[in-house]
Amino acid sequence: MSRQQERPDEQSETLTFEQASWVDPDGDRYEPLLSEKGSETVEVDSELPDDLTRDSLELPNPSEPELARHYTRLSEMNYGVESGPFPLGSCTMKYNPKFTEDLAARADASIHPDRSERSTQGTLGLLHELQTYLGDIGGMDAVTLQPPAGAAGEFTGILVAKSYHEANGDERSEVIIPESAHGTNFATAAMAGYDVVSLPSNEAGRVDTEALEAALSEETAALMLTNPNTLGLFERDIEEIAEMVHDVGGILYYDGANLNALLGRARPGDMGFDVMHYNVHKTFATPHGGGGPGAGPVGVTEELREFLPDPHVRATDTGYETHTPDNSIGKVHGYDGNWLVLLKAHAYITRLGDAGLADASAKAVLNANYLAEQIDYEIPFGPFHHEFVASAGEQDAADAAKRMLDFGVHPPTTKWPEIVPEALMTEPTEIESKRTLDQLAAAFNAASASDTDTIEHAPSRTAAGRIDQTSAARNPRLSWQALDDEE
Amino acid sequence: MSGSPYAPHTASETTAMLDAIGVDSEEALFDIPESVRFDGEFGIDAKSEQAARRAVASTLADNDDLTEFLGRGHYDHYVPSVVDHLADRSEFITSYTQYQPEVAQGFLQALFEYQSMLVELTGLEVANCSMYDAATALGEAATLAERLRSISGTRVLVPDLLHEGRRGVLDNYVAGSDLTVETYPTADGNVDREALTEQVDETTAMVYAENPTVRGTIEEGLDTVGDLADEHDALFTLGTDIVALALLEEPASVGADVVVGDGSALGLGSAYGFGLGLFACRGDRELLRQVPGRLVGASEDSDDRRAYTLTLQTREQHIRRERATSNICSNQAWVALRTAMHVASLGPDGLVELANDSVRRARETAGRLDELTGVQAPVHDRHHFREFVARVDQPAEAIAADLEAEGYAVHAVGDHEIQVCVTEANEQALDGFVAAVSEVVR
Repeated sequence: MSRQQERPDEQSETLTFEQASWVDPDGDRYEPLLSEKGSETVEVDSELPDDLTRDSLELPNPSEPELARHYTRLSEMNYGVESGPFPLGSCTMKYNPKFTEDLAARADASIHPDRSERSTQGTLGLLHELQTYLGDIGGMDAVTLQPPAGAAGEFTGILVAKSYHEANGDERSEVIIPESAHGTNFATAAMAGYDVVSLPSNEAGRVDTEALEAALSEETAALMLTNPNTLGLFERDIEEIAEMVHDVGGILYYDGANLNALLGRARPGDMGFDVMHYNVHKTFATPHGGGGPGAGPVGVTEELREFLPDPHVRATDTGYETHTPDNSIGKVHGYDGNWLVLLKAHAYITRLGDAGLADASAKAVLNANYLAEQIDYEIPFGPFHHEFVASAGEQDAADAAKRMLDFGVHPPTTKWPEIVPEALMTEPTEIESKRTLDQLAAAFNAASASDTDTIEHAPSRTAAGRIDQTSAARNPRLSWQALDDEE
Repeated sequence: MSGSPYAPHTASETTAMLDAIGVDSEEALFDIPESVRFDGEFGIDAKSEQAARRAVASTLADNDDLTEFLGRGHYDHYVPSVVDHLADRSEFITSYTQYQPEVAQGFLQALFEYQSMLVELTGLEVANCSMYDAATALGEAATLAERLRSISGTRVLVPDLLHEGRRGVLDNYVAGSDLTVETYPTADGNVDREALTEQVDETTAMVYAENPTVRGTIEEGLDTVGDLADEHDALFTLGTDIVALALLEEPASVGADVVVGDGSALGLGSAYGFGLGLFACRGDRELLRQVPGRLVGASEDSDDRRAYTLTLQTREQHIRRERATSNICSNQAWVALRTAMHVASLGPDGLVELANDSVRRARETAGRLDELTGVQAPVHDRHHFREFVARVDQPAEAIAADLEAEGYAVHAVGDHEIQVCVTEANEQALDGFVAAVSEVVR
């Protein structure tokens, strides 16, 4: 029996959804691979001596119409923000304004990075404006745009902290990170050569200041925090925390993943943070692109400016130039980062202005709180801001999420943070209307009301049925060549 | 006060939602202590879409309209319209990392196809679905070498001519490890194999070479570098780019364990250094457990149809945390999609032809410049790919500045050396460029 025939009863209050799927006549696969549609092997002839060249090359050889149809079909088997609500907690899946794509497609935006500064005043000017906007929004004195993603921003920020300590003749060995933090924080600290000290939360879901006191020492290079935290709670003790970290000579690092909650209402710099990164692909509406590219600019206080990556853009009397900060950490990207992403972020900020930015955080927090009121799952921690973490209770959160797929919505982030059992971490963002939030709530509630058998067999209306993760990992087939070898 | 143009709430909806929550204002939802509230202004005026476009376009117009003959690791090839239109389909560009594979089969399959193309081009068994750029991919290769139990050395050997951006990033990636970076000499642009042989021993963790080199030369005898690394249990990492892979010696056949480099030469254009980091490696178990970045694998769904999913995720930061193989999370997936589309649109014939044209254009252009008084090209007595270094009698910086005044951009790479890169994107301007060079070199 196919999945379609096994469908559970329709829920009258939920949207009816059917994702397009293209099933090959063989029946054992969806849209065939490009290689299965026709490959060609060419013998490589060249003016170069034979021993400098490869012998042959085998690749797909689709005509342009075939290519267009292939990728169009693939796109129809893919769910994006424009397909429906995408309340993936911690990811801030906003609508990506179209006009920013048009700007990124301009010929004068696509210049080579090795051009002279005098010939790139436009690009340098936009970068400088964006540095200024981000500095103002975060309450930071200087900003670098070089890091190509949030994790790269973390790495940059921690290297800045490390260089700062080294410049003070101070070798420190530890970075403190709350247990509920993003996985990248831990990986970043390790990559920079630090030992990670994991910090438990208190019963209210916030930083346990007693545990922090115990963890802090002369070895503390930095404390990495996000605020609001991953439960959506504002760390009300943030000023005390900042003082504690600064008292031992440590650096307070702000993970910008949740900045959308604070736009125009509070600034990390004012709370005592010394370094922060911004996720422009979250807060500033640049598209996530199926996993990237993003951009992870880093802001610092005046004291840390001299450690920023090389080069840094600054204004002159007549225009803009780049320079190497005095104690620069050097490079974190081969050139100047993900420029076209930065360009889109600049355009978004310009479009919204002060009032639009403040309204974005207001509506993001309003939407999260409204949605939370409409759903049946328990939400153990509050008051939350732009996101909340519900518990699927007796259900497996991953199964509940699969069931939600059947109602034409993307489910929340699941099973994380672990402080909430069977977590459903939900962030609707400001872009959803009341009507959409009601449909989203209906999907939550339909999943909540589903029995175990139903959710374990979900989804049934998506392009593909439940995918076997175990077999994918046990027997890795990572290319069409690996599939061929199997046959 | 106007709000966000992308928040759809009417005043009455907002009121209804606040009522449902049981508060009387949006402000009441913020649990922020007074002492850290920000009630100032940024001074950013909201603009209409038209005005916002005009403002950005007007600033961009301050970029000079130059014809670029620039490369050195980052290239401008013509991107077919079909790539732009298909990659911009909103289901692709507005989607997230494929944590729910049942609704993300399209992107997963496209990335699986991208990985497969790299497997074919490199001859290696495994390719990930992207790193940020060539420089960070090189950094990841070095830390991979450190994690491998089969490698006990700590010295990373790189060519003395390594691109400064790549070297800078590599230095930072190894800063938290026991690795040290050393250079080995080059001879006439290519690896000085005798000198390298002297430097490689049991303390070596990785040997890095590039083909083509940053000076545009094509390496000869890379297999001996592969053998050398192999004899001393060091990782051999080869840097290259997606076009060169179609023509030059297959990395696996010269003993490369890892391939890194730039993928955005296809699919993206110059984009001010915005790139795509290639990463491929051997597929034995030890490497498979240690490879950085996202991997898409084939599996089956509940209808027993082949389906795709992110796999081997226990290597990654969201599960393994401080023991992850890398901190990478957001990557360059959408650029990889574009690159795969561009490769598919060229097909094997088109890709090999593009690579062959890259050899021909460099040779012919060097030949034309060499005929001019005051220029000798190419400097290196080697085969070239896409670009070459020319010696100029005048100071190179002055030549580059004079050419810029004529509307052309070249690299000044030495006191009397300029570097020139030719692709189909600037070939139509060659006659004017050569004429301009002949004027300014006198």
